[in-house]
Amino acid sequence: MEKLSIDQLNKTCSQVRRDILRMVHAVNSGHPGGSLGCTEFFVALYFNQMEHTTDFDMDGRNEDLFFLSNGHISPVWYSVLARSGYFGVEELATFRKIDSRLQGHPTTEENLPGIRIASGSLGQGMSAAIGAAQAKKINGDDKTVFVLMGDGEQQEGQVWEAAMYAAHHKVDNLIATIDVNRQQIDGLTTEVMDLQDLRKKYEAFGWEVVETKDGNNMEEVISVIEKAKSLLGKGKPVMNLLHTEMGYGVDFMVGTHKWHGVAPNDEQLENALGQLEESLGDY
Amino acid sequence: MEKTLNTKFTYTEKKDTRSGFGDGLLEAGRKNPEVVGLCADLIGSLKMGAFQKEFPERFFQVGIAEANMMGLAAGMTIGGKIPFTGTFANFSTGRVYDQIRQSIAYSGKNVKICASHAGVTLGEDGATHQILEDVGMMKMLPHMTVINPCDYNQTKAATMAIAEHEGPVYLRFGRPSWPIFTDKDQKFEIGKAWKMIEGKDVTIFATGHLVWEAVVAEAMLAEEGISAEVINIHTIKPLDEEAILESVAKTGCCVSAEEHQLNGGLGDSIAQTLVRNNPVPMEFVGVDDSFGESGTPMDLMKKYGLKAENIVEKAKKALARK
Ligand SMILES: Cc1ncc(C[n+]2csc(CCOP(=O)(O)OP(=O)(O)O)c2C)c(N)n1
Ligand SMILES: [Mg+2]
Repeated sequence: MEKLSIDQLNKTCSQVRRDILRMVHAVNSGHPGGSLGCTEFFVALYFNQMEHTTDFDMDGRNEDLFFLSNGHISPVWYSVLARSGYFGVEELATFRKIDSRLQGHPTTEENLPGIRIASGSLGQGMSAAIGAAQAKKINGDDKTVFVLMGDGEQQEGQVWEAAMYAAHHKVDNLIATIDVNRQQIDGLTTEVMDLQDLRKKYEAFGWEVVETKDGNNMEEVISVIEKAKSLLGKGKPVMNLLHTEMGYGVDFMVGTHKWHGVAPNDEQLENALGQLEESLGDY
Repeated sequence: MEKTLNTKFTYTEKKDTRSGFGDGLLEAGRKNPEVVGLCADLIGSLKMGAFQKEFPERFFQVGIAEANMMGLAAGMTIGGKIPFTGTFANFSTGRVYDQIRQSIAYSGKNVKICASHAGVTLGEDGATHQILEDVGMMKMLPHMTVINPCDYNQTKAATMAIAEHEGPVYLRFGRPSWPIFTDKDQKFEIGKAWKMIEGKDVTIFATGHLVWEAVVAEAMLAEEGISAEVINIHTIKPLDEEAILESVAKTGCCVSAEEHQLNGGLGDSIAQTLVRNNPVPMEFVGVDDSFGESGTPMDLMKKYGLKAENIVEKAKKALARK
């Protein structure tokens, strides 16, 4: 795939955000907040950083793989998969409707290209990503495995079982990322269940840790992914703490957990779309 | 279509059964100071906010950590607390099966596992969240009581009743707005089936949301001259075998109806009872060995064969086999 420039990437983000909002609005359900916050990250991966083919094959040998552990932010992933050519953008209109391949949470049951494992029940994705990374090693495949998790999701014990394992087994072809938006369903992570210092925690577990201070700034998102890549192959798994703003790109959605799993109404949609350029054409 | 039918139970209001749980929990908390609440980052979805507000010192936010929640709840019973855990049905059962098995059921702890968003009627979130195996898992556990009430009022009554009951309980309820057709101040007797409608040709044993579908099915069958008996099996375990056997001794055939896999559900339990005592023809309404998917609750009820029409069809099939 041809790599997009920063300007083209930012234009793509604007379109992806429109897709996210229109998808959740159409079915009055789904998760816009985390999706909007992670848009730069997804666009950077699929249009600039990952070596991948849209000619989907489950095993994904000799290409970079991406796993989404916090499956509820499926809208951003579906939009990016469609916009990068895994399937037609018109299929985004079927999101969460009956008989669709675009399930509320990503699944393999309907064979949607780009999805390699079901997610939605939190805390499980990193284990699978580590397994896939180890399969790559066994296969002599030198490509990278990426996995994204939520910050609230870090409260699940399985995440830490996986973290311990990845360091112990020197899974150094893995770049895990946490969407540190400081929010979860019931409110601020500091109030619900304080995660305390994630950098220190992962370092103590034996990981290399990099930090993206502004996960909604495309240049920084890319430069930190590149830095993370430079740390691969040195015997340690790599963690990217991606600081984002939930709801980024829409003024009334930004920085609050209120839009974690709530769709905008007609008026709110119109207002939101007015803030986002239709750069690539709506589906 | 339901409205033009002459159903023996009617409704003027709809409400989600999870609100019945939230309101019941608040009442139980007022009545009994030992009642404590735990929730895994789903206070709003479980409707536990009112309890949290009134009893902040008896409410514990555990974050997204269901396994820990089950262990904590088990521990709190040692010292006399009556913990009510709240999360989605999937994360209340499959996610934490061994924690429940060892620390709660096997250890005989007085924990009330309260599970919302059960079945396909949670809708758009899809199969990852729509558990259809939870009743099976829970009823297999020795010592566990399994309850699946049918509407807001029954869920509220059941919530209050389990606070008075000694021993582990699995209480299953749902997300969608649903007809309220049972009495406001009903008494809820754990393990006692409720004969809602008398009939003589076929018995419909229903649980949870499908009790309403059974009520509608009875009216549809009546229009065709078929007399159906409707029995509300809110307690799947312990099963009211006496009520079941007494009914089929009269009707001679039956249908079970549930928003659950056929494997391991209410129908299975009834069939065992019948095979051992009085093997009459029986048909099953439920999900037939498949995961759910995203869609509106109604679209999914239709696609997975959980509507009154499906009960009617199966009732006729059972009748024809008599
Ligand atoms: C095992 C499990 N428990 C609970 C849930 C319900 N749930 C969905 S998203 C969410 C909050 C996730 O927080 P975070 O990871 O920070 O994601 P964000 O809200 O920032 O998108 C919860 C509790 C779930 N999907 N899986
Ligand atoms: Mg978060």
